[in-house]
Amino acid sequence: MDLPVITPEAPNAGGCSAGSCGSTADQMGGMSAEVRAKVQDHPCYSEDAHHYFARMHVAVAPACNIQCHYCNRKYDCANESRPGVVSEVLTPNQAVKKTLAVAATIPQMTVLGIAGPGDPLANLERTFETFRQLALTAPDIKLCVSTNGLALPANVDELAKYNIEHVTITINCVDPDVGAKIYPWIFWQNRRVYGREAAAILIEQQQKGLEMLVARGILVKVNSVLIPGVNDEHLKEVSKIVKAKGAFLHNVMPLIAEAEHGTFYGIMGQRSPNSAELKALQDSCEGDMNMMRHCRQCRADAVGLLGEDRGDEFTMDKVEAMEIDYEAAMAARAELRARVTAELEDKRQKAHAAKSAPAVQVIQFQPRAAKPAGRPVLMAVAAKGGLVAIHFGHAKEFLVYEASAAGAKFVGHRKADAYCSGDEICGESEMSGESVLERTIRALEGCEVVLCARIGIEPWGKLEAAGIQPNGEHAMEPNEDAVMAVWNEMLAAGKLASKSVAKCA
Amino acid sequence: MALEIIESCVNCWACLPLCPNKAIYEAAPHFLIDADKCTECTGDFAEAQCVAICPIEGAILDELGVAMNPPGSLTGIPPERWAAAKAEIAAR
Repeated sequence: MDLPVITPEAPNAGGCSAGSCGSTADQMGGMSAEVRAKVQDHPCYSEDAHHYFARMHVAVAPACNIQCHYCNRKYDCANESRPGVVSEVLTPNQAVKKTLAVAATIPQMTVLGIAGPGDPLANLERTFETFRQLALTAPDIKLCVSTNGLALPANVDELAKYNIEHVTITINCVDPDVGAKIYPWIFWQNRRVYGREAAAILIEQQQKGLEMLVARGILVKVNSVLIPGVNDEHLKEVSKIVKAKGAFLHNVMPLIAEAEHGTFYGIMGQRSPNSAELKALQDSCEGDMNMMRHCRQCRADAVGLLGEDRGDEFTMDKVEAMEIDYEAAMAARAELRARVTAELEDKRQKAHAAKSAPAVQVIQFQPRAAKPAGRPVLMAVAAKGGLVAIHFGHAKEFLVYEASAAGAKFVGHRKADAYCSGDEICGESEMSGESVLERTIRALEGCEVVLCARIGIEPWGKLEAAGIQPNGEHAMEPNEDAVMAVWNEMLAAGKLASKSVAKCA
Repeated sequence: MALEIIESCVNCWACLPLCPNKAIYEAAPHFLIDADKCTECTGDFAEAQCVAICPIEGAILDELGVAMNPPGSLTGIPPERWAAAKAEIAAR
């Protein structure tokens, strides 16, 4: 039965346009309209949204009620970008001023989160005073909160009162024995509790909090820090359990641990996972759970689009000097939001139509052997706004896509430059003698192609020597289209038959 | 009988709302304890509340000047490992 086949590739290979497809298109497609409306302009809940919408965190919550081994409570560094780090702690009044200033300057601003630098629910007055004022002065801004969960059950009703639709809980374990290796102590009912007992209480409160939030219709994202040898295998179970309890999205993030950060893990030499380990775990959880792949592990005072911190423009002295027309700012936000939402909806409809439309694809008649079985390829893209728009040398991060017959799937991002370039204590190591270019090439390990708007001759040669093919032919094209075009070229050139080049040094 | 907050305090606010005597107050460059009001929580709690939540080793002293949370007791980092790491970073 050798019937002619019309399009041998999977139907969605050409069906996606800018922004996103793969897991996210499926994720969005499978959502109820109500849930979709809640996440479509939240950059931390929707991979689609993060290309268009911005968020900010206000650092009003310095106190914490637990200690995690990946956190150093003393740290305050302007050059670092990671959770728990801020430049200035704000009062609720300052936080409100700053939020309104940012929302007037960046009309893409849709979300205000409180994420630390401690735990928002260990700073109840400061956190709720900020929410109370913002609910009045900027009712179009979504409020959200990120917590370790210890004080959640006691405060779920209060959160619901401020119309908080999104809560993130950091859940690293569901087993107190694992937890004892992550949390040295918690503060609970007026005493400091240590070790396994502490972990057991924390886990119980987190799970209870998760259930209570879900019961109230609040969307819950679960963050987990992947700590090799501590909770790596265990996170698969965590993922299953939080999904079963109704969490909406699971975000597994790599441990950040450097001795210069002064954390327990940093000092004790606990290693971080590499990109391949992170992806493998995310992939294995994905069968059970929507996985978030676009997290940038931002600071507790981050401002702007994910991966593009504009916090420097909004220090309190600058905010105080700004003159703001609040009404006009809110109108500008509404206009932009309507436009982008319509664009995204249109894109979703098209992607959906492309998937279901071609009835000519009588796949069952296609002999399996004839189907081009191109292997999946990881490709890095120097992107902005969902397009191949950045010069290789200017890229601060690369988005990584896995291209296969099933389409281009966004699987993560790689930082291109060291996130810290400040003074001696957090400065980069001079002794390693590694140039920025060499570091970038190392960061791209596992990728076979890098797409960018332009690239110089020197990096071109070095990338090729490292087994990574630079490609500047798809400038300003949507990421997914460009990635699939390159993959199809590789397929046609017979480069995708074996798995031999899957890893390049 | 009173506790004292010293300069290693990071001003995280955790202790302030817990004090049953309202002895802790915001000050520059760091929070302070009013020695006249502090009772070390005697009669109110089994543990001095500021000491029980403070995340910084050595930031609170007793009246003899002894650290209530000595080095290594909160982070779990043995002091000698901490010293070695600092020396290694400084030598870079």
